[in-house]
Amino acid sequence: MDLKDKLLSSFMAFEERVDVNAELHNIRTNAIKNFENKGFPTKKEEAWKYTSLNSILKNNFSVFPKQENALSYTDVKKYFIHDIDTYKLVFIDGIFSSFLSSTTHDGLDVCLMSSALTKPKYKEVIDTYFNKIANTDDSLTSLNTAFAIEGAFINIPKNKVADKPIEIMYLSTGNEAALMVQPRNLIIVGENAQVQIIERHQSLNSNPVLTNSVTEMFVQERAVLDYYKIQNDVQTANLIDNTYIAQKRDSNASVHTFSFGGNITRNNLNFYHQGEHIESTLKGITIIGDKQLVDHYTLVHHATPNCESHQNYKGIFDGNATGVFNGKIYVEKEAQKTDAFQQNNNVLLSEKASINAKPQLEIFADDVKCSHGCTIGQLDESAMFYMQSRGIPKKEAKALLMYAFSNEVIESIKIQELKSRITKLIASKLGVNMGFDL
Amino acid sequence: MLSIKNLHASVEDKEILRGINLEVKAGEVHAIMGPNGSGKSTLSSVIAGKEEYEVTDGAIYLEGEDIGDLAPEERAHKGIFLSFQYPVEIPGVSVTNFMKTAINETRKAQKLEEMPANEMLKLIREKSELLEIDRKFLSRSLNEGFSGGEKKRNEIFQMAMLEPKLAILDETDSGLDIDALRIVANGVNKLRSKDNAVIVITHYQRLLDYIVPDFVHVLYNGKIVKSGGKELAYELEEKGYDWLKAENV
Repeated sequence: MDLKDKLLSSFMAFEERVDVNAELHNIRTNAIKNFENKGFPTKKEEAWKYTSLNSILKNNFSVFPKQENALSYTDVKKYFIHDIDTYKLVFIDGIFSSFLSSTTHDGLDVCLMSSALTKPKYKEVIDTYFNKIANTDDSLTSLNTAFAIEGAFINIPKNKVADKPIEIMYLSTGNEAALMVQPRNLIIVGENAQVQIIERHQSLNSNPVLTNSVTEMFVQERAVLDYYKIQNDVQTANLIDNTYIAQKRDSNASVHTFSFGGNITRNNLNFYHQGEHIESTLKGITIIGDKQLVDHYTLVHHATPNCESHQNYKGIFDGNATGVFNGKIYVEKEAQKTDAFQQNNNVLLSEKASINAKPQLEIFADDVKCSHGCTIGQLDESAMFYMQSRGIPKKEAKALLMYAFSNEVIESIKIQELKSRITKLIASKLGVNMGFDL
Repeated sequence: MLSIKNLHASVEDKEILRGINLEVKAGEVHAIMGPNGSGKSTLSSVIAGKEEYEVTDGAIYLEGEDIGDLAPEERAHKGIFLSFQYPVEIPGVSVTNFMKTAINETRKAQKLEEMPANEMLKLIREKSELLEIDRKFLSRSLNEGFSGGEKKRNEIFQMAMLEPKLAILDETDSGLDIDALRIVANGVNKLRSKDNAVIVITHYQRLLDYIVPDFVHVLYNGKIVKSGGKELAYELEEKGYDWLKAENV
């Protein structure tokens, strides 16, 4: 039985098990129908032209974990930003681990999607926000919606500044031969509230994992959201990340995506503007090699006047790695005085590495500032000789150039400990120790 | 210090150096002059170890050691410094961080401990004063947006920081106004000692008023066709290079 059939036939059993109310049942039923009609995306679709899921879908994935698995903190400490205090939402093979987590209901909600979906006190929030900006046409988003039961639920009330960052960690133990997980996150940053969130997916051994994640975020008036995604997974882990962000007037949201590992990583990152004077930032650093693939598919939907969006993605590709950057900026007729900027710079370190870059600007307003730039280059040989002639060995010279190349993105990380962590990760990717932070 | 014997070098199968012989002793300053395309910059790049040049015959010895197989950084670790005619811009790397990396990598290669931070700062302060370099300049990205004069001054600042045994100044004077030229030359002169040597590559005699050479060599068509004392530079300035072409058809 192929994965699609397996998922379809599991749906009824799943619904019985999770005991849903009528509204959720309707949402799920529509979602599974859409997935049944569309199936997994193929390269025939424009949006998936460069990324094929075929090789992954051949695995015999379990679609539900068979048992709860425990892990000790010392085993996984290194994956956390452990030098600072954080709220933690930790999931092991898709199941919440209360032992590793640090949740709260004190002044803000940092808790579980499963509680939010089932407890009456959250019904109003769920009715208002759940599945409201996720693209119901998209087959993978629908697949996630059909099986949505667990993930992070974060609600920062009006005027509240979260007192520490929140880490969302999805760990896979590899106790299943092959596992598919579908986390579902809902994050609401209330009016004039602020929060910083770090999300990471990490497999602990080499059994194949497919994560199809959906995150909906609502950033209300004057709210500030800083979201960081760390993608440094093992060679057999695959991630499809579908993130949808709706912003209200005067809000500021940023998403930084650090893609340093994994087999196939697809980031569908969507911003929707629902008010004036909104600022959106999308930044990423991709450093991959071997046969890894990282595909960034971004959309900024400017629907309202006087808003800004800034995109800056840097990619370094070695070995047989493949990069994809498809950045779409859509400016509606009403969205006058839009300032949309998109920059995508890539370096190919080997002859077999490749990058497919495709900026897409669709502009219907006539008084806007939209720009995009894309570069693809090799390592600058004259810069290499210059540095070597000053005594800096080839490997270090290369790393210094790559650091400098990534620096525009690194410097805007607002959590200092995360910044030094990312710097170290980059150094280890490049196989050097530079001895200073740029 | 430096001994070059019958050096032949090519780039993409085109022979540029056709049998160079040169002896540079510690404490000496040698000037290499010659018309455009005579091979001056190629010679400096080959000594520094640029990989796109292929040495087809002959050898380069530094203090008796054949350095032909050494990578550019290994030559730097042994005390060779090349001041570039066109210094490369490296956005995102500050002058200070670049120098820290260069010095500590060199020390690492020489099996020395990293230089303590306070010592490094003191050295940077001292050498930047020597070259009349503003402190703010040191936190800027290396060569990015620098004027021609700032780039050249920064090259000599790097030389001062690294204290090489053999410094090659490749057309350091080109594009420098007279004040910048004086600062750069003053910096070089302060670094001269009986233990190091300088090769000045230039098109014009003017720099040699400030950095006075012990020997002047004329490079033409990949060969040294004439050598002499500093008066040769004046002769060249007066007569131009055309007479060479006539003599060496």
